[in-house]
Amino acid sequence: MVGPAPGGGSPLENANPLIYRRSGERPVTAREKDDELPDSIDDREIFDLIRSINDPEHPLTLEELNVVEQVRVKVNDAESTVVVEFTPTIPHCSMATLIGLSIKVKLIRSLPERFKVDVHITPGTHASEHAVNKQLADKERVAAALENSHLLEVVNQCLSARS
Amino acid sequence: MAAAGAGAEGPGGALRGWVRDFVSGLQDGRAAEVAAGVKAGSWTILEIVEALGSCLENTEPRTRGRGLQLLSQVLLQCHSMLQEEEVTHLVLFYENRLKDHHLVIPAVLQGLYALSMCEVLAPGLAVSVLKAIFQEVHVQSLPQLDRHTVYSIITNFMRTREEELKGLGADFTFGFIQVMDGEKDPRNLLVAFQIVRDLILEGYVLGPFVEELFEVTSCYFPIDFIPPPNDPHCIQREDLIVSLRAVLASTPQFAEFLLPLLIEKMDSEMQSAKLDSLQTLGACCTIYGQKELQEFLPSLWSSLRREVFQTASEKVEAEALAALHGLAACLSRSVLSSDTEDLLDSFLTGILQDCRHHLCEPDMKLVWPSAKLLQAAAGASFRAGHRITSSVVPLLLEQYNQHPQSSQRRTILEMLLGFLELQQKWGHEDEEESALLCSQAPLCSVLFSALTDPSVQLQLVGIRALTVLGTLPGLLAPPDVQLVVDHLTRLILHADDSQSCMAAMEAAGSLAPIYPGAFTGRMVQRLAEELQSEREEEGRRSTHSLRARCLQALAAVSTHPGIVQETVPVLLQCLQQVPKGNVPARACDVVAVCQSLQRVAVQCQRDAESCWYYHQTVVPCLLAVAVQAAMQENAHSPLGKLLLEEKVLTAMVPIVSAASAHLCPELAAQSVSQVVPLFLDGEVSFLPQDSFPCPFQPFQGGQHVAAQRRLVALLMAFVCSLPKNVPIPQQDRLLQELLALSCSCDCPFTATAAAKCFAGLVNKYPPGQQLDQLLETAVNRMEAGLAEGPLRTQALALLLWVTKALVLRYHPLSSRLTDKLLGLLGDAELGPAVADGFSLLMADSPDVLHKGCHADVRIMFRQRFFTDNVPKLVQGFHAAGPGVKANYLKGLSHVLNHLPRPVLVTELPTLLSLLLEALSCPDCVVQLSTLSCLQPLLLEAPHVMSLHVDTLVTKFLGLTSSPAMAIRIAALQCVHALTSLPIPALLPYKPRVIRALAKPLDDMKRLVRKEAVVARGEWFLLGSPGR
Repeated sequence: MVGPAPGGGSPLENANPLIYRRSGERPVTAREKDDELPDSIDDREIFDLIRSINDPEHPLTLEELNVVEQVRVKVNDAESTVVVEFTPTIPHCSMATLIGLSIKVKLIRSLPERFKVDVHITPGTHASEHAVNKQLADKERVAAALENSHLLEVVNQCLSARS
Repeated sequence: MAAAGAGAEGPGGALRGWVRDFVSGLQDGRAAEVAAGVKAGSWTILEIVEALGSCLENTEPRTRGRGLQLLSQVLLQCHSMLQEEEVTHLVLFYENRLKDHHLVIPAVLQGLYALSMCEVLAPGLAVSVLKAIFQEVHVQSLPQLDRHTVYSIITNFMRTREEELKGLGADFTFGFIQVMDGEKDPRNLLVAFQIVRDLILEGYVLGPFVEELFEVTSCYFPIDFIPPPNDPHCIQREDLIVSLRAVLASTPQFAEFLLPLLIEKMDSEMQSAKLDSLQTLGACCTIYGQKELQEFLPSLWSSLRREVFQTASEKVEAEALAALHGLAACLSRSVLSSDTEDLLDSFLTGILQDCRHHLCEPDMKLVWPSAKLLQAAAGASFRAGHRITSSVVPLLLEQYNQHPQSSQRRTILEMLLGFLELQQKWGHEDEEESALLCSQAPLCSVLFSALTDPSVQLQLVGIRALTVLGTLPGLLAPPDVQLVVDHLTRLILHADDSQSCMAAMEAAGSLAPIYPGAFTGRMVQRLAEELQSEREEEGRRSTHSLRARCLQALAAVSTHPGIVQETVPVLLQCLQQVPKGNVPARACDVVAVCQSLQRVAVQCQRDAESCWYYHQTVVPCLLAVAVQAAMQENAHSPLGKLLLEEKVLTAMVPIVSAASAHLCPELAAQSVSQVVPLFLDGEVSFLPQDSFPCPFQPFQGGQHVAAQRRLVALLMAFVCSLPKNVPIPQQDRLLQELLALSCSCDCPFTATAAAKCFAGLVNKYPPGQQLDQLLETAVNRMEAGLAEGPLRTQALALLLWVTKALVLRYHPLSSRLTDKLLGLLGDAELGPAVADGFSLLMADSPDVLHKGCHADVRIMFRQRFFTDNVPKLVQGFHAAGPGVKANYLKGLSHVLNHLPRPVLVTELPTLLSLLLEALSCPDCVVQLSTLSCLQPLLLEAPHVMSLHVDTLVTKFLGLTSSPAMAIRIAALQCVHALTSLPIPALLPYKPRVIRALAKPLDDMKRLVRKEAVVARGEWFLLGSPGR
């Protein structure tokens, strides 16, 4: 379901991207330290889950490349839904599906099962937006993609903590 | 044995026998015995040569080789005993042997190596040996070991016969070039590189062979050696890189060959080659001059620029910037003759030309790389900084005004900040010539506009830039200083964002020592007014935060003696007003005042004068306010009571402590002679306000002294912080009073303060009979108190603090006291408190008995306590009844928690089973400390821990649903740490762990969810491709 593999000597598609500043660690509030008070899952918490995902072709995070932004994350804790829009760095980015898949896998691994996760491209930012969105929404395709050990390897690399 | 042999046939006979044994190949050990004979004087070298006789002339080369080998091995051991004449003969003999069969050569070289170590070598022989080797031996066809011998001979001669070798002229250089040409072994290369480096640095004649010498070494550049696995020689790639770089960057003579090579390798695709080239270039810049660089500057610059503009790795970028910095520094340093052009100027012009326009492009894509290049060059020297700053700063200011968006403005301002910081490096040299002088007005207006911008990020950069600008001499005119102070004051008081407010306070602290007048006149006054005026506007919700900000700012700005004298009275006034009831008085407000006072105290410690001013102003005032309050309490005034609350007194303790710890001994003695009589005899005359309604007698019995007694906490803060050499008047009386109070007072706060004060003094008490008597009395009182009665807790507190005081100074009595504590762990009533007490023993206490208050603390006391007591704790645990077992575990947990990790890891095997048992203990403290103990062990000793993986997984997962958040978090961190165990041991548990961690993903606390996400993510990656 995904185009060519990254690295391997092929030239980078977008060799010199504009780099954005990382937001700092979320400050811990007094309320969060209180044993009794519940903290609901909010946009920032979801954003924190995905902002440190590594880009498949740059040594940078999705946040630094502005592929994900907090304003494009919507969560409803009560209704158990999450919607994430991501913006490929260039409209023909062949990594778009891979990036979407990484975000989706990260959210599936990190959120309670009750959540319905919707990951799609920010409207109007990619040439084959519709096709990519369709693939990301298709549960069976996502599952099949993760059976593919080569693909799983790339996704895992994106999700590994940066050393 | 030697003697027996000699006895039978005479010494000669034995020698001949051993020589035969060796040469025939029967016994290699005979060489050592022959050498021992020489050392013992049984025979001479000459006799050995005679004994070898025929076999050195044997027609079979193997036999000749064996004979020479014996002689060489003996020489290796006995070279220091040879006479000059013997050496000469041997050298000539060996030189001659170099022409022999190739099988013989290794032994010959060994012999020459031994002779090269002789101090009595006659002049001329060294040269003749080397000539013979250069002429007769084709070194590179020898095995590695023999090549190494040749290098060692050369090294030896270079060390001892430098003058003779130099007499050989360029022939020596040429000879060596031939020796090392084609060398492949890393061990030999390290030696060979060292020789080349010495050749160059010691000034041997290179003559026409510079290029050859360069060729024969540079062919290894860049080093791509990868050490074989299990290499016993431990030569790392880095060793070769460093030693080759030392050769290449050792002389400007190589420049014309080296620079093109470096440029070529920088342009290669390999990152390691790039890095090595950049670092070597950097090394060269320290010895080159502009003559060497001139021809290559354009290509060097274009390569460096490319590496930064198209950066693929931060490391390459950093090295490229460092190399550029080096180049500019080198050009700045070069001494010019009258007819040469200053290359620095044209070099910088080129850089500016290539980078400046990127700073103006609207998409701002290459602004950062360009700014970094410019800053790297500008940081090289004052001249370079001047040239670049005067060109770039006006441009950046213009850009700032052209870009309206605050995110873009922030980027521009961050770059500006970088240039300002560079200016700081040179700024103090030439005030007149500062490149910023002509941009000063627009610069200030840009920075002021940043401070009023709604974007917090922009404000923050603006504040930092103003701070830097303020530290540069002559760049802020007096009206600008006033504006800066006003802006900072506004931000401190009214900024919506606390980050801006904090940054403004920090800036005020840095700038205040430079412009003290402006800060006292404008900021301190304004803050003081604000503190006064807010009384009228009470009821506003922000009052408290505004008050808190004023207090913090007053402390932050107190970084100059002149300012301290203004701020301290304001802060003290806040305290003095509390009992009068005309300020909003809550305990936390008073605590905030105390915290500010403490911060000022810490800032005053650096300066002796401020320190004394602070001490003599604040300590009497605090005591007076507290004494006053303690007397008012008799009249049941609730406001007076506020000052005696535990929270407030605890906040006053560090003020007094910080104000007293750094006094010089004379002044401290003066002060102590006032404070101790105050407590012992009610001498109030030194307090600023000396009319009190009743006498101050905290140690006397009598009615209503309970409140007065609480002030013992302040006494403790004072006397326990004094340097050891300050005598305390009436110390023994004071100690007796404290001891009595600590055992008899029913208020735990007072009793503990007295116990701590007693312990603090005991810790510094000089050893001897008096101390022993004092301790004996104390122990008797404790034992009586612990036995029974209502004051057992107080007696325990005293026991704990005295034990700590003695454990810290390794006093012999400490073991008796710790045994007592260990015994009390089994006490049904006191046991849990004793267990918690172990944390008190091991941790640094904040107010007494730490290094800051000059306590006698031995560095290894924790390890020592551990070794002495943990076996007893373990034993006690096994022997204890079920009701009190947890106490032992808790005590153990506290000890382990404070132990340095390396010690803990080595002790692990004996304790692990107990720790695993502790995981099942229902006590929260035990669970938490056991988890925090196990977590680092999982990371540091994975193999030991993996034996228990089954128990660990089960227990950790169980604890992830503990009711306490801290335990859930710690348990999840342990589950995460489990992933560092060997993967095969973990894989069977992977599905189970992943399933179990789904639950904490939905925990009600965000901090728990965060840990669960990290742990689960890592478990997913286990054994999966791409990890």
